[in-house]
Amino acid sequence: MQQQQQTNRFFFNVDWITVLIYIALCAIGFVNIYASIYNPDKVGFDFSSSYGKQLIYIISGLVLGLSILLFDGRLFNVFSPFIYGGTLILLLAVLVIGNKVAGNQAWIAIGSFKLQPAEFAKFGTALLLARYVGAFNPKFRDFKSIAIAALIVGAPLLLIMLQPDTGSALVFLAFMFPLYREGLSGYFLLIFLGMIVLFVADFLVPTYILVTIITIIAGLFIYNNRRKQKIIFSTIIVAAFAIGYLFLIKVAYEKVLAPHQRSRIELMLGLKTDNKGAGYNVIQSQIAIGSGQATGRGFLEGTQTKYGYVPEQSTDFIFSTIGEEWGFAGCSVVIGLYIFLLLRLINLAERQRSTFSRVYGYSVACILFFHIFINIGMTIGIIPVIGIPLPLISYGGSSLWSFTILLFIFLKLDSNRMGFF
Amino acid sequence: MDQLFNRKYIVQGLFIVIALILLGKLFYIQIISDKAFVSAESNVLKKKFKYPARGAILDRNGKVIVQNEPVYDLMVIPNEVKAFDTLTLANALEITMADARKFMRRAKAKSNYQATPFVKQISVQSYARLQEIMYRFPGFSTQDRTIRHYPDSVGGQLFGYVKEVDSADIARSEGFYKPGDYKGKSGLERSYEETLRGEKGVVNTIYDVHNTPQGSYADGKYDINAVSGERLISGIDIRIQKLGEQLMNNKVGAIVAIEPATGEVLAFVSSPGYDPNLLVGRSQGNNYMGLISNPYKPSIVRPIQGKYPPGSSFKPIDALLALQEGVVDENMTFNCPGYYMAGNHKVKCEHVDGNISMRRGIARSCNTYFCHVFQKLITRNGMKAQRQTYQDWRDKIAKFGFGQKLDIDLPFEKEGYFYNADHYDKIYGKRWGYTTVISQAIGQGEITATPLQIANAMAIIANRGYYIKPHLIKAMGDRIKKEYVEKNYVGVDEKYFTPVIDGMQDCVNSGWGTATLSRIPDILLCGKTGTVQNPHGKNHSVFIGFAPRDNPKIAIAVIVENAGYGSTYAAPIASYMIEKYIKGNVTGARSAQVEWMKNQNLLPVLIDKSKKPKLTKTDSLSIKKADSAKRTNDSLRIKAATQKRPLTVQLTDKKLQNSGKK
Repeated sequence: MQQQQQTNRFFFNVDWITVLIYIALCAIGFVNIYASIYNPDKVGFDFSSSYGKQLIYIISGLVLGLSILLFDGRLFNVFSPFIYGGTLILLLAVLVIGNKVAGNQAWIAIGSFKLQPAEFAKFGTALLLARYVGAFNPKFRDFKSIAIAALIVGAPLLLIMLQPDTGSALVFLAFMFPLYREGLSGYFLLIFLGMIVLFVADFLVPTYILVTIITIIAGLFIYNNRRKQKIIFSTIIVAAFAIGYLFLIKVAYEKVLAPHQRSRIELMLGLKTDNKGAGYNVIQSQIAIGSGQATGRGFLEGTQTKYGYVPEQSTDFIFSTIGEEWGFAGCSVVIGLYIFLLLRLINLAERQRSTFSRVYGYSVACILFFHIFINIGMTIGIIPVIGIPLPLISYGGSSLWSFTILLFIFLKLDSNRMGFF
Repeated sequence: MDQLFNRKYIVQGLFIVIALILLGKLFYIQIISDKAFVSAESNVLKKKFKYPARGAILDRNGKVIVQNEPVYDLMVIPNEVKAFDTLTLANALEITMADARKFMRRAKAKSNYQATPFVKQISVQSYARLQEIMYRFPGFSTQDRTIRHYPDSVGGQLFGYVKEVDSADIARSEGFYKPGDYKGKSGLERSYEETLRGEKGVVNTIYDVHNTPQGSYADGKYDINAVSGERLISGIDIRIQKLGEQLMNNKVGAIVAIEPATGEVLAFVSSPGYDPNLLVGRSQGNNYMGLISNPYKPSIVRPIQGKYPPGSSFKPIDALLALQEGVVDENMTFNCPGYYMAGNHKVKCEHVDGNISMRRGIARSCNTYFCHVFQKLITRNGMKAQRQTYQDWRDKIAKFGFGQKLDIDLPFEKEGYFYNADHYDKIYGKRWGYTTVISQAIGQGEITATPLQIANAMAIIANRGYYIKPHLIKAMGDRIKKEYVEKNYVGVDEKYFTPVIDGMQDCVNSGWGTATLSRIPDILLCGKTGTVQNPHGKNHSVFIGFAPRDNPKIAIAVIVENAGYGSTYAAPIASYMIEKYIKGNVTGARSAQVEWMKNQNLLPVLIDKSKKPKLTKTDSLSIKKADSAKRTNDSLRIKAATQKRPLTVQLTDKKLQNSGKK
């Protein structure tokens, strides 16, 4: 009787709407991977092909997800340091024994299966961060708590940078949002936003003009607040940092970024056109998406997709298949599903009693958000080419499983929300 | 709920804003702009043009005189070319490595992404060799098309040539022609371009990213079949065209033969001629330069661009007008003492005939007779009205086609000059009369005509009073131009033709004619010789005629420059042409004469004209006046001129004699 009740509660408490969206996105992924590698000469289902493998990944992912739901939710809290530590070890290991693919030492080969530790580092980090915030409830007003949070996020980030996998590393910036939710000052977000704006502006406008503009704005600001010494002081510091940052960018850009990264940035900013080299992917991807028009060319009818004009189409550029074969309508549905999922995750996170669950929920939503924004932005040319997968849709086991784990741990925590902590 | 709860909305708001940015950009590239769609099409779609075969041209007997031969262009899309074995390709094409590299650079300069010609018109052997190794050269493809072939190797100026369009052609056609298209540039190829060219076809093929064809686009819905050009049937009789060109070998001049009843041109010989096949294929450029630099200017289409004084061949027309105006009748005689006094000028005659009437005047080509006729014509309304009567005479002669284009179906026709009264007013004021322009009585001086105009005048006499616009093509497919059946009357009654034709008959067939050596057995040839006074050198030999006298089948004009008397060269050439046309062959002893004639070299000596003094604008009028007067004077001393040849000509004659002895 009690057993029965528990089962009932278990099923009632899991947010099945999120699971349905999860399944829908996986199905969309499968259909479009099938279309991406579709070859009219080969008929019949082939399990050794990408779509065949993806089907296996999806089914095993579902099994994985459902089995996570059977765990005791407290385990994740308890074991979070070990999970985090484990992923750090994997990240270190990949630097030593990893396979180098396309310049990135990001994969550990286990038989025919390739594991990408960076994918798993995301939920490891999310769990530990959630535990830290949940346990100590810091409001991030003091240096210490910020430093600890930065350390938790920064360690895996640094290791991933060493691979170097800039894309995956960038995703770790998503943790700023859960910290913001927990009390981190909004200025951090503004400073972050300002740095991006200045970075882009520094390429489009001569530096001396930017310096002049910053000086004028700072001057006006100081004039308006001429009675408040503290504001004058901080304004001068911010302006000085901004100007210093501008010059730093120029140097860092030349010295730190690899040539291919530089050219990707220049292409995105429209400073350079290159139809053959680095710009080829983006241009072909945009052509494919644009040619889908309102309703798309139809399933298996996309010429750019069918005749292989978009490189990496089943993985990072899977969105171009959706764009070409399903058009604006299809793109809107996919983006709509994602946004619905993200908003729902935030709402779910907010209904948690425990800070641990809430921080973790925010982390999941923001990691997904970063992936979605960067990936789709890249395929339509508003973000430089950064090789990260489109969650649940792109081909690849590591990515699918890591998002599954990420998501289902949260669903498990959510189903337990009335219980402990 | 703490205050931080509100931050949820900022995070969710950010999600929504970013989603809207993504959707906005998608909306732009997918719905507003069609740039991506066009690019996608050009990614996968490659258009291959199917060039239609140009229309063939048949001669009047149904023999094909212009046809097509298949050739292949090797095309290249530079950006699809991988590093390749230049040597193998160069060997297959029979070009050098350096050339291959040069062609590649040239193709790249034209377009990196479009199929551009690498080597045009490769040989069939090269094509066969290439087919086996093409797979090793991605980016290269062959494009088949046809080029012209002229089986008889005659009629260079008549047929003209076909050449790839240049940027000016493309601009003029407002985009109809595309680079790589061919177009008729001269001759019949030009004037019938629209009929001959046909319609280009297009095959749309889908290609994948590796440039492998993936089948036709939309099941060939947008493909267009090439439509061959229409067939033209010409009035040319290729047998006499060929004979004419052979007879004119090593001579400068023209032959135009017309079927009087239809206006169809039977032969259109411009000499020196050239083989039209020279201007086909890869050596077109070099051969073209060769023709341009030839000092005898084969690039001039002499039958419609050569301007010759018609000379004595003008006399029958004068006679016809005089009869029509009633100023003479056929029996009226004039006394020929061997000359005619036009004021102070003496117009010399070749003979002293005493009292001479029209029939004999024409047969004997009597200058005196025709000066009297002209005097009567111009002064018929009194001395004061000479200007009006001259203009009236000029307008009536013009009806025969002089001084205007006959609008033949060939480009670049010239009209020749034949002045209005105004022209003389400008030079002489009001003080001029028949004596001033007396040279025109005998077709000299200030009147020039094209061989076509002269032949057409002969067709008018053969038809007894009308002509049909001379034309080379009688039917385009099944269509016949309306204007080619219309009769153009010249305003002379049929009855007046009899005495003139009598005279022309005697010219060839009587004991006293000027062209008696050109008699054709069994065919009554009516004709008129002309020895055109040429101030620049030896006289031009002219003959006009038609045959047979009743129901004429052919009217002809022959001009051989610098060949002397009309009876020596032009008349026999005309007679061979006529005999060949009517009987199918030149018979008897005359066939040997044909061979003799073919071997005569009458090319004039070349005079360096490059050092001409430049004229200033101020004295242009006085020079014009002097020139006009000189021409008149020259024409009055025909006899003298034939005897006093320039030194250079004498020298060459000697040279020729010497070489003949060897």
